[in-house]
Amino acid sequence: MTVPIQCTPDETFVLNLGPQHPATHGVLRVKLTMDGEYVVKAEPVLGYIHRMHEKMAESGTFAQFMPNTPRMDYLSALSYNQGYVMAVERAAGIEVPERAEYIRTITVELNRISSHLLWFGAFVLDLGGFTPLLYAFDDREKILDLLERITGSRLTYCYYRFGGVYNDIDDEFIAGTREFIKRLRSRLPSMYHDLVTGNIILIKRLRDIGFVTQETCRKYGATGPVLRGSGVQYDVRKNEPYSVYPELDFDIPCYPEGDSMARYMVRMDEITQSLRIIEQALDKLPEGPVNAKVPKVLKPGAGDCYCAVEAARGTFGCRLVCDGGKNPYRLKLRSPTFSNLSLFGEVAEGMILADALAFMGSLDLVIPCIDR
Amino acid sequence: MSDYWSDVINGTRSLVIGMNITVRELFKPVITEQYPHFVPVMTPRFRGHIELIGNEETGLPNCVVCGMCQRACPSSCITVAGEKPEGSKKKVLTKYILDFTKCSLCGSCVESCNFNAIKFSHDYNLASTRKEDYIFDLVKRLEEQS
Amino acid sequence: MDTSIWEPIIYLVGIMAFAGLNAAYLGWCERKGAGHIQRRIGPKEVGWFGLLQPLADGIKLMSKQLLVPQGVDGILFRAAPILAMVPAITSMVAIPFSETIQARSIDLSVLLIFALASIGMMAVLIGGWASGNKYAIISATRSVSQNIAYEIPMLVTVITIVMLSGSMNLEEIAMKQEGGFWNWNIFPVAGESIAQAIIMPISFIIFFICSVAETNRAPFDMAEAESELIAGFMTEYGSMGFGLFMMGEYLNIVVGACLTTILFLGGWYGPFGFTSSVFWFLLKIYILIATFIWIRWTFPRTQIYKLLNLSWKILIPFSLAILLLTAVFLKVEGFLI
Ligand code: SF4
Ligand code: SF4
Repeated sequence: MTVPIQCTPDETFVLNLGPQHPATHGVLRVKLTMDGEYVVKAEPVLGYIHRMHEKMAESGTFAQFMPNTPRMDYLSALSYNQGYVMAVERAAGIEVPERAEYIRTITVELNRISSHLLWFGAFVLDLGGFTPLLYAFDDREKILDLLERITGSRLTYCYYRFGGVYNDIDDEFIAGTREFIKRLRSRLPSMYHDLVTGNIILIKRLRDIGFVTQETCRKYGATGPVLRGSGVQYDVRKNEPYSVYPELDFDIPCYPEGDSMARYMVRMDEITQSLRIIEQALDKLPEGPVNAKVPKVLKPGAGDCYCAVEAARGTFGCRLVCDGGKNPYRLKLRSPTFSNLSLFGEVAEGMILADALAFMGSLDLVIPCIDR
Repeated sequence: MSDYWSDVINGTRSLVIGMNITVRELFKPVITEQYPHFVPVMTPRFRGHIELIGNEETGLPNCVVCGMCQRACPSSCITVAGEKPEGSKKKVLTKYILDFTKCSLCGSCVESCNFNAIKFSHDYNLASTRKEDYIFDLVKRLEEQS
Repeated sequence: MDTSIWEPIIYLVGIMAFAGLNAAYLGWCERKGAGHIQRRIGPKEVGWFGLLQPLADGIKLMSKQLLVPQGVDGILFRAAPILAMVPAITSMVAIPFSETIQARSIDLSVLLIFALASIGMMAVLIGGWASGNKYAIISATRSVSQNIAYEIPMLVTVITIVMLSGSMNLEEIAMKQEGGFWNWNIFPVAGESIAQAIIMPISFIIFFICSVAETNRAPFDMAEAESELIAGFMTEYGSMGFGLFMMGEYLNIVVGACLTTILFLGGWYGPFGFTSSVFWFLLKIYILIATFIWIRWTFPRTQIYKLLNLSWKILIPFSLAILLLTAVFLKVEGFLI
């Protein structure tokens, strides 16, 4: 900007954060009204990467929308894939074979870990620490390799199919996953908790900063780690169980403090829980087919159904309205990040700039997921 | 006051622990792959852009120009055309254009093909500065391969 | 020492070469160090082990257009990068690299260096202000408050040293520490009193933290804070303007390391007393610089108010207490002897 700074009589000025800014990790724009270093008002401006996914769904067949789902939240692509697939299966009344459900659970949890690892790195990067990002990427790389082996892609997986999965997993994948579980378990205490979680600078920057109360969460519909960091033990995997989650034993990490540290801890604990889930699912993995018989052209009967999954960032919901044709009549996608971002404006008021950005990082925003 | 002292002491300790970890990493071997010098091998299921499969004996494309892939593609990047030579019942593929600028590597085309005529290639060194480089003529590609 | 015309010229050339080499190659060291800490390689393509990378970067920066955005204060905008470089080089005049290698022995050299360091901070302020960019201005104000907060404990610890050595001349301060490491100011076991030996390491740590903060290095790089303020005061700078800021930053690190070496680590004296040469001096400053790099790539950044709290609530009380104790010890010794 070339215009000299002009202060309004009350000595505030507007700082345009984004759409290109290192801390927003994408094309999010936040209009900040600042009083010196303090944020007086924060107003997220959306729409820079809107791609009309919902409209695209209406103009193609059910299967043709599938590759769009991972493009919403590219970091936990499989959860979105699963949400959509489950909605269509519910509408068309397709039974999924058990082995496929287990494979879905294993892969989606691996994806959740990789998403949390990336968030961890990016979050510490927001706080100015560069090195943990690379250590997290080292582990994440192993997950990407594993998933690439079976899905064929590294980021925007499109692995699930109506009534099953694209193809079966092999022994090498199972062995690799077990090895990965061991590796991450041994690295979590030192490379993550000693280096970052216990660090006094990090603690001072996260503790007691960015309080999100349960009321705020309710008001804006925040879900996922943001909600659990405010002390609400809500997780779709437990509260409205789907897939094979009821058969697996895991905990929902929940911290009542509601500050940035609580959200940080929720995610770190979720990594541990996901490892547990994967381990059990691998042990219980049944033999059998991975695909149900599904007609090539899917025509679910007219109706209306909703299906929610717990993505890495919160509840991803799919509402599917069918009119009996080959295309969805209406597909409403509820993305968790949109709701989580909405509370930013209210909570960030009165924070100083550095804390506001740390708070934004702790919400774990993925911009394409906000602007579907 | 005790908070103050525990902050000072624990804080210092945490900083020392952190520095200890990074200095140990400093002497560990490098883990990155030196890409242009060491080229990674793609896994069998790697989804590159699609390519045609030739018949094992004749080397001609397996494709029967049914057009399923063209219809299945969500981004309409495929253009197939064929003609019926006189006297033969089957169509022969004459044109198979993939507009890779729009392709999302979703694989719908491969799944929709009932004749084992297309597969994913393992090419990934596809960077270019010109858009035209991404309009692939797959028939020509198949001819060059055989 | 002969006072021919050649002496100043040789020193001028020598200091410029030393400064230039350091400014260029510390960047390379930092990138290599950061790379290996993160288990990457760092620069490797240009020249052997990427050793020509600084040259390539320099050529790239110089060949770029010197862009002066509209609406900036032209003179100050252009002056700031130079102002960042010059004080750092000038301070090297007063630094004794060994008994014989020193451009000018100035009686108040400690004071001179601190005065010049404050001018370096002015460069950040001017650069930030003249850019007319909101991020740059926030960065400039931050760096001023940070520098004021950290100069106090730094100077208080320096006063402690000055009291111990009875001189404000860096050369004399260093000469006072002649002999093995037990004579150095950081750990003066053979010095005035045993009690002094216990408090001086704390004073060294305070000084070190302050010099990290003074040189705007992570975890105290409030002024640059790339994830908050893009590039802080350098946001609007491109080409060599940016290059000069970077070089100034590295030179400030060198000066900070030199100062720490002379004040606390026995200057050019070897650790066991029998050798003394410029080699030891350089070894010590590069170990210190490596520590700077190591710290930077380990920790997250602090937040500006936490940073000020650290100075006002921890460093200043501690350094004042050390100053007081030192004064008491010196007086008590005086009585005993
Ligand atoms: S991979 Fe998908 S987008 Fe690409 S050509 Fe095939 S169907 Fe079309
Ligand atoms: S679906 Fe297969 S056979 Fe049919 S046109 Fe496409 S490639 Fe050819």
